[in-house]
Parts: sequence; structure tokens; C-alpha cells
Amino acid sequence: MYRTISRAAGAAAGLGLMGTAPAFAQSVDETVNQIFSNSTGWFVSFIFSPFPGTSFPWIVAWLVIAATVFTIYFVFIQFRAFGHAISLVKGDYSDPNDAGEVSHFQALATALSGTVGLGNIAGVAVAVGIGGPGATFWMILAGLMGMATKFTECTLGVKYRNEYEDGTVSGGPMYYLTKGFAERGLPGGKILAVMFSIFCILGALGGGNMFQANQAHQQISGIVGDYPGWITGVIFALVVFAVIVGGLKSIARVTEKVVPFMGVTYVLAALVIIIMNADMIGWAFGQIFEGAFTGLGVAGGMVGALIQGFKRAAFSNEAGVGSAAIAHSAVRTKEPITEGFVSLLEPFIDTVVICTMTALVIIISGQLLTDPETGLYLVGESGMIQTADGSSGVSLTSAAFGTAFGWFPYVLALAVVLFAFSTMISWSYYGLKAWTYLFGEGKSKEIAFKVIFCIFVVIGASANLGPVIDFSDAAIFAMAVVNVFGLYFLMPIVRRELHSYLERLKSGEIKKFN
Amino acid sequence: MSGKFVVGYDGSEAAQRALDFAIERAAAQGGSVLIAHVLEWSPYSFLTPNELEERHKRRREELERAETALMAPVVKAASGKGAEIESVIRYGRIAEVLCDIAKENKAGQIFIGRNGHSAWGARVFGSVASALVQTAPVPCTIVP
Repeated sequence: MYRTISRAAGAAAGLGLMGTAPAFAQSVDETVNQIFSNSTGWFVSFIFSPFPGTSFPWIVAWLVIAATVFTIYFVFIQFRAFGHAISLVKGDYSDPNDAGEVSHFQALATALSGTVGLGNIAGVAVAVGIGGPGATFWMILAGLMGMATKFTECTLGVKYRNEYEDGTVSGGPMYYLTKGFAERGLPGGKILAVMFSIFCILGALGGGNMFQANQAHQQISGIVGDYPGWITGVIFALVVFAVIVGGLKSIARVTEKVVPFMGVTYVLAALVIIIMNADMIGWAFGQIFEGAFTGLGVAGGMVGALIQGFKRAAFSNEAGVGSAAIAHSAVRTKEPITEGFVSLLEPFIDTVVICTMTALVIIISGQLLTDPETGLYLVGESGMIQTADGSSGVSLTSAAFGTAFGWFPYVLALAVVLFAFSTMISWSYYGLKAWTYLFGEGKSKEIAFKVIFCIFVVIGASANLGPVIDFSDAAIFAMAVVNVFGLYFLMPIVRRELHSYLERLKSGEIKKFN
Repeated sequence: MSGKFVVGYDGSEAAQRALDFAIERAAAQGGSVLIAHVLEWSPYSFLTPNELEERHKRRREELERAETALMAPVVKAASGKGAEIESVIRYGRIAEVLCDIAKENKAGQIFIGRNGHSAWGARVFGSVASALVQTAPVPCTIVP
């Protein structure tokens, strides 16, 4: 589906010394690209194979059905517990004697900085660029439903984490699949955990790494002019290496401080643009609703819009993927379910708020071209909606923001690079957890993974967007296949926790501290 | 007036002056001194996944270090000067936590040393002393 997307500025001349890069550099990129797409094609085709006779990929149905099942099983927990989740994050229920431990807010913020990033900027542009404004509707719906999935997995992540003697913790699907299945007397937990770990490593290298490196390169080359991707890759790889292998905490710390600030700036800028065009908000939502059910001329019509919306939502908020369960499991709480409540805010902030902002800005900016007579979107040969300047992915978002603030593309480029970096750091951690689950802990084993991770940064920056995004999606969705399958068997445990907690909350046994 | 004084202590010279001052007053009244050390901490700061994983371990280490390197010596040195000495280590915003400790222990006064930031510095970085006098539930003594 994305195979036809290629880096937009292929022929751009480039600036200064970058322009004189030797011809062999371009061929390095091409070779990497060739080998990469040849070796991952089968995996991608399997994950995204449609139901026979349709164009609807089974994996999308898998996630939507899961989110629906959890929403119904926990009786719309995402709406019932929303207020309680916010007071948990505010610390109303935190024991003051636990000050200095990981708070609900910190666990949420860290998990969010792993998910808020390119999915919200580039991913949404891809969704809207192919599926039209209607994709936004399905994206919001998927975000709302995904909250129930996230609730389920993060509760289990905390409940079945490993707490070691030295006080460190390790949690995530590999642990709840093994321990939870054993507790329920079910076979196969270990096999699922191993499968999950393998896919988690691939996902960390794909969506958590190559996609990020690729889009960061596209941003930088969009500003300084086109130059070979491996150069960006090597620079990024060195910085990532310094942080995750060299333990250069200062860089990570700076990023962790700047990223939330960038996130807020991004949302504020989007809000300002939307408010400046307040008269168009009604029209934009009209396009979103109409497009959701008719497609407004996009490739695949309504189903095309739906697939794009669901896919991008899942890729952005990672509900059901299992990655967040790893990040959330370090929180200090006696009640695992409280972290489940807190985590359900994540798809809300990520998808329902931030992704929708991006989509609204793109729609309002008028970057997507319509046929003035029919009002339908003009679809190019590639299946993408034609845009005002031919851009796609992150450059489409950039162009859309640029119509309101000429300087914004520069801020966005910085934001993308930082988001890409923080997502890479988060995913290097998720991947490492899966790696040590498989191969055991130990310095040399950990270094081996980290070096591989850095090599993939270079590959990601060199390859074209098409194969990279395909592989990234495929690996991340493969994690979801295993994780969600396990969640179905473990959800009664979560329900028991939920009922017990709600009863105690009602009876006043669980009290506010403030 | 209750005979217990809370002293904010961070190992600095100013804190030591505040402590000596408080002990003198407590001894004269036959009261006691609670030496409080607060580790600056906000539950709303941002941490990397790795820091999250190690937080519990680090907290334990920080508490141990504060106890052995800071509190144990000062409690030892302060004992035998005529006032009963207790100590407490907590996490949080310094001024807020000192107020909480004073309330919990029904203390009669809070003593802290002044680090002597310029007015400008205090405005930029905030000052424990000014936060404390604004919010303290009991009289405060700022020892210069």
C-alpha cells in the first residue's frame, strides 16, 4: 500500500558540501533499500494480508475486535474510570510516604514520550493523505476503544512484574504471559512470551528505530537540502550509542525535559491555527464525518478511510501492542489496577487529542486537493490524495503548519528529530527488555543488542519510506497478535482486580490522601 | 507552646547555625529538636524508562546515604547539649514538607538557615525561606 511512496525530494540538488557527496553514497542507500525490502517482504505480506476477496487486512480487524471486546467486557471502563484516572495522576490517592518513588504521573509521562512522536505527526499525515479526512473519524474511534485495551495490558504489566532484590523492576507482556498463564493453569504462556519477545525486538528495530531515523532524515534533508540518508543515520546512531551504551545520561535527561515542552508547543500551535480558522472547524468536522462513511473519493472509499484510520491509531497509541505495559510497570502502587486506570489516558491524549489536532490542521490548511466540481479528493496514481506541493508523510504536516506560520517547519523539524530520538530511547529499552528475557541478563548480551539497535538506525535512515514503514507496522502489529491473544485469557484476572478495587473505593477503604 | 522545634537541615553551614540556635533555645526550655532533611523531589518530573526501572533502588540508596553521611553524624554531634534530638528524612518540596512535619509532630516552631542568595537569585530560583514564611502553620525562625 505504501510501496509507491518515495522520498519526495529525490531530485533536489542539495546545499553546500552535502551536494558534493560522492555517487557511491546514493548507491549505498539503494543497495540497503533493495536488500531490506527483499528480505522483509514476506513478513509484511503475511501481516497485512486481507481477508479473502476483500481489501480489509485481518490484523486491523484483530485490533478493532480486541478493543471492542475489552470495552464491552469492562463495561466502557474508559468512560467510567476517566475521572478517577485523572485524580490518580494528580496524586490524590498517593501515599505521601511513597514520595520519591515512581509516581503515576511519571509512569504515564514516560510511556507517553515513547508513543507521542512521529505517529502523531507523520503517521496522521500518511493516514489523512491516503484515507482522506474520514480516516480521522476512525482514528478517534480506534483511540477511544483502544483505551480499554491499554487498561487491560497495563494492569497486567504491573500485577505480574518481576521485582528483584536490588529494588529494580521488570515488567511487560513477556512476564504476564508466562506468570498469568501459569496462574490460570493454562499451557503455552512461555511460548507466547518468547514469540512476543521476538516481535518486540523486531518492533523496536522497526517502528521504534528505523521509521524514526527515516523520518528524522526526511525532516533534516527537507531543510538543508537532499543528501544521503546514511549520513543522518551514522550521526543519530552515534548519539543513540552514547546514550544507551555509553550511559551518557545528560543527553537523555535533556531530551526528556525538552520533549514534553515540544509536545505542548506542538499542541498549542495546532490550537492556534484551528482557532484562527474557527469558521472552518464546522466544515472540517463535516469533511471528517462525511469522509468516514463515503470516503469522499479516496482510494478504497469508506473502507480505505477506515483501514487508514485504524492502522494509524494503532501505530500511534500502541494499544494492544504491549509496549506500554513495559513502561508502566515501574510505578509504585499497591493496586495494579490503578496503573491500568492511568494508562487509559494515554490513547486519549495521544490519539483523541494530539492526532486529531494534526488531522484538523492538515484538513483546514487545504493541502489536500479536491475537485472543485464534485468536492471529492483528487487521488493520484499512487493511491495518495494529491497535495498542494506534492508532499507526503511528515512533510505534509510541515507544509500544513507552514501555511499559517512560515517558521513552523523549522520548529517542527526540531520537534521531529527530538521526538524521533526520545522514541528511539524508549524503544531501545523495550527491545532490550525482550532481548534479556530471551537471552538472559548480562553486560555483553545487553551490549550486543544495543549495537544491533544502533546499526539499524543507519539502515532506517538510508532506506526509502515505503519498505521501512511496511516493516515497522508489520513488526509492531505482530506484537499485538501475540499480546492480544494472551489478554483474552487473562482478562478475567483484570476483572477480578477491578471489582475488588471498585468495591473498596466505594466502601471508603481506599481513601484520598489529600 | 509545645516544646518541639523542627529544624530544616541540609548539611550546609547555614543549616548548622540554625540547628545550634534551635538546640540552645530548646535546651533552655527543656524541649526537643527534630532535625528534618528533605530530599528535593517532584512526582511530576520526567524520567527515562531506565530511570523508572531503577527508581526504587535509587531511592533506597539515597535514603541510606542521607542517613549515614548526613543525619547520623549530625544527630550524634547534637546530642548531649541539653535537648532531646530526633531526626527524619523525607522526599518532596522542602518548604511544603517542613510544614507537614511541623503539623504532624505538633511542633511549636520551625528553624531554618538562610543560604544568603541575592534577592534576584531568590526570585529566579525560589527561596525556601520565603516559601516557608508564607505557608508555615507555626512561627518560623530564619537564622542568617
